[in-house]
Amino acid sequence: MPGIFAFVEAREGEIRKVAGETVTAARGLADALGVEVHAVVLGAPGLRERVGELGKFGADAVFVGESEALARYSPEGFTTVVVNFLKEHACDVALFPGTAMGKDLGPRVAARLGVGYVSDCTALEVVGGSVVAARPRYAGKIASRVEFTGTPVVAAMRTNVVTAKESRRAGEVRQLDVALNAADFGAIVREIQAAAGEKLDVGEAPVVVSGGRGLREPANFKLLEDLAAALGNAAVGASRAVVDAGWRPHAEQVGQTGKTVSPQLYFAIGISGAIQHLAGMRTARYVVAVNKDPEAPIFKVADYGIVGDLFEIVPRLTEEIRKLRNE
Amino acid sequence: MKSIVCVKRVPDTETRVRIGADQASIDPSGVKFVLNPYDEFAVEAALRQKEAAGAGEVLVLSVGGTDSAETLRTTLAMGADAAVLLKTDTPVEGLAVAAALAAELKERQFDLALFGMKAVDDDLQAVGGMVAELLDLPSATVVTEFSVAHGKVTARREVEGGTEVVELRLPCVLTLTKGAYEPRYASLKGIMAAKKKPLEEKAAQVGDAGTRLQQLSYPPERQAGRIVGQGPDAVPELIRLLREEAKVF
Ligand SMILES: Cc1cc2nc3c(=O)[nH]c(=O)nc-3n(C[C@H](O)[C@H](O)[C@H](O)COP(=O)(O)OP(=O)(O)OC[C@H]3O[C@@H](n4cnc5c(N)ncnc54)[C@H](O)[C@@H]3O)c2cc1C
Ligand SMILES: Nc1ncnc2c1ncn2[C@@H]1O[C@H](COP(=O)(O)O)[C@@H](O)[C@H]1O
Repeated sequence: MPGIFAFVEAREGEIRKVAGETVTAARGLADALGVEVHAVVLGAPGLRERVGELGKFGADAVFVGESEALARYSPEGFTTVVVNFLKEHACDVALFPGTAMGKDLGPRVAARLGVGYVSDCTALEVVGGSVVAARPRYAGKIASRVEFTGTPVVAAMRTNVVTAKESRRAGEVRQLDVALNAADFGAIVREIQAAAGEKLDVGEAPVVVSGGRGLREPANFKLLEDLAAALGNAAVGASRAVVDAGWRPHAEQVGQTGKTVSPQLYFAIGISGAIQHLAGMRTARYVVAVNKDPEAPIFKVADYGIVGDLFEIVPRLTEEIRKLRNE
Repeated sequence: MKSIVCVKRVPDTETRVRIGADQASIDPSGVKFVLNPYDEFAVEAALRQKEAAGAGEVLVLSVGGTDSAETLRTTLAMGADAAVLLKTDTPVEGLAVAAALAAELKERQFDLALFGMKAVDDDLQAVGGMVAELLDLPSATVVTEFSVAHGKVTARREVEGGTEVVELRLPCVLTLTKGAYEPRYASLKGIMAAKKKPLEEKAAQVGDAGTRLQQLSYPPERQAGRIVGQGPDAVPELIRLLREEAKVF
């Protein structure tokens, strides 16, 4: 039975939240094409016990590939398993999440199959029986529509553009046979170093609180960390100016040479709004700007702005949000 | 240490891009083109490897039109030894470019094939990984820093919430992001020297991309919102708007 393949990302034995988005996107296409969703998750033995939930996002079947060789991400190993699956199940579409793993794996899978690939899809539509992808280019300055000349269609979704929706299916769990030996891989993950404090990643968080040079010195980012903590579901981001100055790690940089984020809510605090910064956050649902300069370009893209000194405004904001949370 | 770096000529990030009459390409008039910023990191990394080893070669490849020769000259001025322009008349991306680069790399011997994490025009973030796959080489993408010792590469790559330390066999493919390789500027001496360095041109063996760009369009402009107020007294009104209008809390 042809179907839609959804790659379910697991890391260190945990299914990542983004999996709900990938499976939901796959469900949408499957309904339009009248086919099934096959979710595939790979990891170390023991993973099977953790996949029960996936049916609820609309997977008709959940295939679990367990092997010591898959305990950590491997471009070669994962590509082999995925490509074999796609061939065996004659999948029409293969969807990947727009994460470091998904964007590493998708191009390899497409190249091995000799088919087209697109990343950062904001929508996938079925037009006259074929899949058409919508994706931004030029850092979001231009939108594009791309069609595919072969199958399967291989695409990575942009994170945070699909809202994970429950659409309960049997989600029957099946074992996938994997015969791999990590000793054959030319690249092996030796170590995973978590960022300090196990924080939410800016690329994934539904709310991002970003700070720029207006913060004046690195210690003042405490103000933003407090605000993020009060919000609960927020990650701290940064402009390039403060990353270049060494105040914040590059992993937090938002913009053209940093991360592209599409959160529900984006706070730009003491950030002027240079075009390269906007490139990374213009697809946020709502933007709030705090800047003492009423002429700052960030106000041109902000839904809500407050003009004034961030050192007075941010503590007040944190306090009000705490109050709200305690209600 | 022999490195081959693949670079692309792209519009400067400050440039306003306008859609061409065909609705499927951009209008190049008045656009300033530069070496893709991520590829600068790759060139820098290659130069540092050569310097650290005290021997080796840095070869730079680009698939593109005649204008891309200028971009290759920039890399020669930075310190690369030689460059090859793989010429195409039409813009190509994705698997089509990967095939052309893989065909050239296959003819050559190298330890490292370095790429930018992504080209800032198509924003695809794919070509490096595709080339690795076509050549059946190990790869690590989104690398901030790496070292080479005892025939192995140790690379740090950015993943959500942390970094992965990956060990790779040589030869291998790495795609670079911002990290340890702040690119150098070309010195006047470098620019002079670049004029005498070899820059070969040949036809690219472009493959099939498997995709077709149907149409470009301008995304809806973000509407400038409103200034809620001045100073901390505007905070309660902001919270009200976020709750009642935006409904984000
Ligand atoms: C190739 C290239 C790539 C780039 N990539 C990126 C990128 O990925 N991300 C990125 O962010 N930038 C990027 N840039 C840099 C970008 O052009 C800007 O230089 C940068 O975004 C500026 O950072 P900033 O807004 O923090 O600093 P500034 O522009 O200095 O702005 C600081 C702001 O803080 C405000 N301010 C100061 N004090 C206060 C106060 N007390 N209260 C309230 N407001 C205050 C000021 O009014 C000002 O608007 C890139 C540039 C190039 C050339
Ligand atoms: N036309 C090209 N010529 C040479 N290298 C390219 C070309 N296009 C892309 N690349 C390389 O592949 C990387 C990723 O590009 P992309 O997948 O298009 O985002 C770039 O940073 C370059 O290193």
